[in-house]
Amino acid sequence: MSNLEKYNQAFMNAFEIGADQLHGLKYQDIEAWDSVGHMQLVAELEDAFDIMMDTDDMIDLSSYENGKEILSKDEYGVQF
Amino acid sequence: MGKIWEFGQFGKATALMDEHGNQLTYDVLDSEAQILAEKIGQRCLVFSLCRNEIGSVLGYVSFINHAIVPVLLNSHLEENLMENLLETYEPSYLWIPKDQMNQFSGMEAVYEAYHYILLKTGYAKSCPLYRELGLLLTTSGSTGSPKFVRQSYANVLNNAQSIVTYLELDATERPITTLPMNYTYGLSIINSHFLVGATLLVTERTLMEKEFWEFFREAKATSFGGVPYTYEMLDRLRFYRMNLPTLRTMTQAGGKLLPELHEQFAKYAEKNGKKFVVMYGQCEATARMGYLPPERAVEKKGSMGIVIPGGKFHLVDMNGDEITVAHTTGELVYEGKNVTLGYAECKEDLAKGDERHGILETGDMAQFDEDGYYYIVGRKKRFLKIYGNRVNLDEVDRLIQGTFNIEAASAGVDDHMYIFVTDEKSAEPVRTFVINKTRLNPAAFKVIVIEDIPKNDAGKTLYKDLIKYYE
Repeated sequence: MSNLEKYNQAFMNAFEIGADQLHGLKYQDIEAWDSVGHMQLVAELEDAFDIMMDTDDMIDLSSYENGKEILSKDEYGVQF
Repeated sequence: MGKIWEFGQFGKATALMDEHGNQLTYDVLDSEAQILAEKIGQRCLVFSLCRNEIGSVLGYVSFINHAIVPVLLNSHLEENLMENLLETYEPSYLWIPKDQMNQFSGMEAVYEAYHYILLKTGYAKSCPLYRELGLLLTTSGSTGSPKFVRQSYANVLNNAQSIVTYLELDATERPITTLPMNYTYGLSIINSHFLVGATLLVTERTLMEKEFWEFFREAKATSFGGVPYTYEMLDRLRFYRMNLPTLRTMTQAGGKLLPELHEQFAKYAEKNGKKFVVMYGQCEATARMGYLPPERAVEKKGSMGIVIPGGKFHLVDMNGDEITVAHTTGELVYEGKNVTLGYAECKEDLAKGDERHGILETGDMAQFDEDGYYYIVGRKKRFLKIYGNRVNLDEVDRLIQGTFNIEAASAGVDDHMYIFVTDEKSAEPVRTFVINKTRLNPAAFKVIVIEDIPKNDAGKTLYKDLIKYYE
């Protein structure tokens, strides 16, 4: 699986949504992405890429798009 | 004279502050509350759609202090449920966020303040309201039944005073909202802090948002409350490493925290000069019944503590006799002036007086240790707390059976509900149905398909035989 596929799968698992809903998705756009869902998402991402996210990055993560930027940072080194 | 609070005495002190820089002094809160109450002009029933916003809090304190009876509801309430509640209780007014006006197009807007709007419903006449009835709350997170808890003015005042005493609250406190205000625990924070002239920091942001923590730091928050799931989230956020010099107190209620997390947060608090206060309560007791004194938080992990000032605990066994021996399980019974009047299931019930007379059988099974500290060990009735919200399992089973006409049995542990069905095809629809009914995050719900629902000879479901599937 490519990193993008893994990344997409993490969102799809956390929120039980299809690939067509990913683009442009933001925190609280859907009921499943509330604070509980956010924890699920962080857990999925940490598992998928075997990383430990910083507190600031966990709370900065607020959309499908900005999550990619966060994971691309040097400390996580995920390339899309 | 206000029914509960004397805002005038705190004058120019800040009562309310939000993340957009809006602030209200106690003087302004007092006069704004008066103006709003005058628009209504009489004791009657008002549905208040709550958010952690200035307008919402203003409405609440205005209604309470001027003997208007609010029903506090979540502003995201499902529309069908809202319709049902309106028809059942026929409130005279609604106090709602302005951006939800479209939802109530047939009603007349009569006043507006702080992004909230007062709608006149047009229902003929208010039903009789018992003179001591202060407000109505849903039992946290119901699955759609129009059942309310009836709280009196004395209930609210007594419980708030008790909380002020054991948490040692004063005017320098600045609690930040982390719980909905229509949830009894969230509301108790407002009730108690307005008694002492503290500053309430209101935000709709959650712990998972950068903006929450920015507001926390800028506004110098001193405390917050959380349900068990809140502390699990904070743990994952690696909260212990965050630099929060203004934070003094963290409180926890709404269910039993995992003992490991209890210990971690208690140790964090001890090391960093903060207080971690585990508490125990129910909507039926206004909010609070027990608390664990913070200086014993590490030593007594897993305990919900001792009774609050002014209350009394005792345990009764199956025969109704009092238990006097430590480490013996019995039902926890609470006595105190914060025991609420009773329930309401229709508008006629609002005329009812006090049905409990200060005694509440909590439905929680508990033990005490040699030092008299209480431990909750189980529940008499079948319900789970999911993210702090009470979900009645028998009610869920009935709803599923009624809607799908299939056999179903739900069980589980707090924050994890398992729904057992025997028909593969109905697994997904049932799960979606329960999620929609409870409006809780899907992560809490799993459906397990089994051959037969285990039953005894009399046809009663053997829930104990389901445990093996999820433990």
